[in-house]
Amino acid sequence: MTDQFEPVIIGFTCNWCSYRAADLAGTARIKYPPNVRLIRLMCSGRLDPTFVLKALSEGADGVLIAGCHPGECHYLEQNYKALRRHRLMQRTLAQFGIEPERVRLTWASAAEGAKFAEDITEMVEQVRKLGPLNWPANLPTKPVPVGMVAAEIPVLSEEVA
Amino acid sequence: MKPKFAMYWAAACGGCEIAVLNIDEKVLDLDANFEVAFWPAAMDVKYKEVEAMEDESILVTLFNGGIRTDENEHMAKLLRRKSKLLVAFGSCANEGCIPGLANLGTRESIFDCAFDNPSTENPAHLRPQIACQVPEGVLTLPPLQAVVRTLDQVVEVDYHVPGCPPESHQIAAVLDVLIAVVKGEAELPPKGAVLGAGDTSVCDECPRSRDVKHIDKLSRIQELPVLDTEVCLLEQGLMCSGPATRSGCNSRCPNVGAPCIGCYGAAPGVLDQGARLMAAIASVIDAKEPEAIDRVLDGLPDPAGTFYRFSLAHSLLRANRAALAEQE
Repeated sequence: MTDQFEPVIIGFTCNWCSYRAADLAGTARIKYPPNVRLIRLMCSGRLDPTFVLKALSEGADGVLIAGCHPGECHYLEQNYKALRRHRLMQRTLAQFGIEPERVRLTWASAAEGAKFAEDITEMVEQVRKLGPLNWPANLPTKPVPVGMVAAEIPVLSEEVA
Repeated sequence: MKPKFAMYWAAACGGCEIAVLNIDEKVLDLDANFEVAFWPAAMDVKYKEVEAMEDESILVTLFNGGIRTDENEHMAKLLRRKSKLLVAFGSCANEGCIPGLANLGTRESIFDCAFDNPSTENPAHLRPQIACQVPEGVLTLPPLQAVVRTLDQVVEVDYHVPGCPPESHQIAAVLDVLIAVVKGEAELPPKGAVLGAGDTSVCDECPRSRDVKHIDKLSRIQELPVLDTEVCLLEQGLMCSGPATRSGCNSRCPNVGAPCIGCYGAAPGVLDQGARLMAAIASVIDAKEPEAIDRVLDGLPDPAGTFYRFSLAHSLLRANRAALAEQE
């Protein structure tokens, strides 16, 4: 065992292409670093930026988002939505002091097991160089309860107030 | 003897106090049913007199303002101890609000911005000190903490009243409930409830017509030659926070042609208001190529400040990494 830093990367993959690319990498016995924990979504367009922020704020060092190549989305064009969200997230995260390499968007078709393994290897090395993120915001904050609203409170009309 | 009422401001602008006074003659009901024990904006009571009160002797404290300084934290803890019910009142206490935006920079950058900007004359680069020797003795100021925190990040909170400031008709409704409870005519709402707000999004209350959105340019309101009075503002290319913001204001800003800026905080079920806004805005941008997407996004020069204008201190990330690293 070496003492080198092993980053934790959460990978969001789409059901139709990139998850199958990871599967193919497995059946083809292509090696890639075990730092990525894959979570399967139906589509990269399902990726809510909340997932990325939650991962980063709760201990992940990086987030990988993988979808079908542009023009090949199983749901026509939701991967373009993922692309737009990624570009907007990068701008926002920069203001929080988070390096762009930590949130990577990549495309991989079901046939690209080798490419997917290369992408993961490259990202793990980049994040390893950046070092741990170790986001220091983990104060216990209770989420505001959903639906617990004063529906029973008679709200006066503005004229009365 | 009437039950005691208190209101306190921490890192806030004073707008919440004004909003309470805006309930007009309703304030007389407050006076008729409560003894005002402590309310620095309205009457002179010293901190040491609050310290001398018995624990839990104040029935309800409306606490507005975030926790920015050691003094704010001391008062939050003191009033928690002295109050049966502690209400996070207004956006600052709930989510940090505008003072919370300072979390995007470090303390040093805040001081640089406030005391060495092009509009200040400060050739000696003076900065405020926490202690200063003068002939009469030592003057002190409470130290600034590394980041702004919300009230519920510092002490336990019983109820949340959102809004910047909370709408007066909503405040009046909340006071009515408190008065009914005091008179034994109503039960207290469940602990942790959000009072004086709706349970849906601003868009749901907004009367503007909505259709499929294709945004090919994000503009600032003064850049639009004409503003349609009927159509969704987001569809017209204005950044509107309605989709991720809690209702309760009767969509006051969109009604008069100004986009929602998000002051009622995250809508129910939304964990992070800014993240949900990013999802919403990116979804409706009408571009597929990276360069074209970037051209549209260039219309939003300060995305974090726009998406988290009110909720940064209560968001998942809470602050810039460098500012968080300065926390003790």
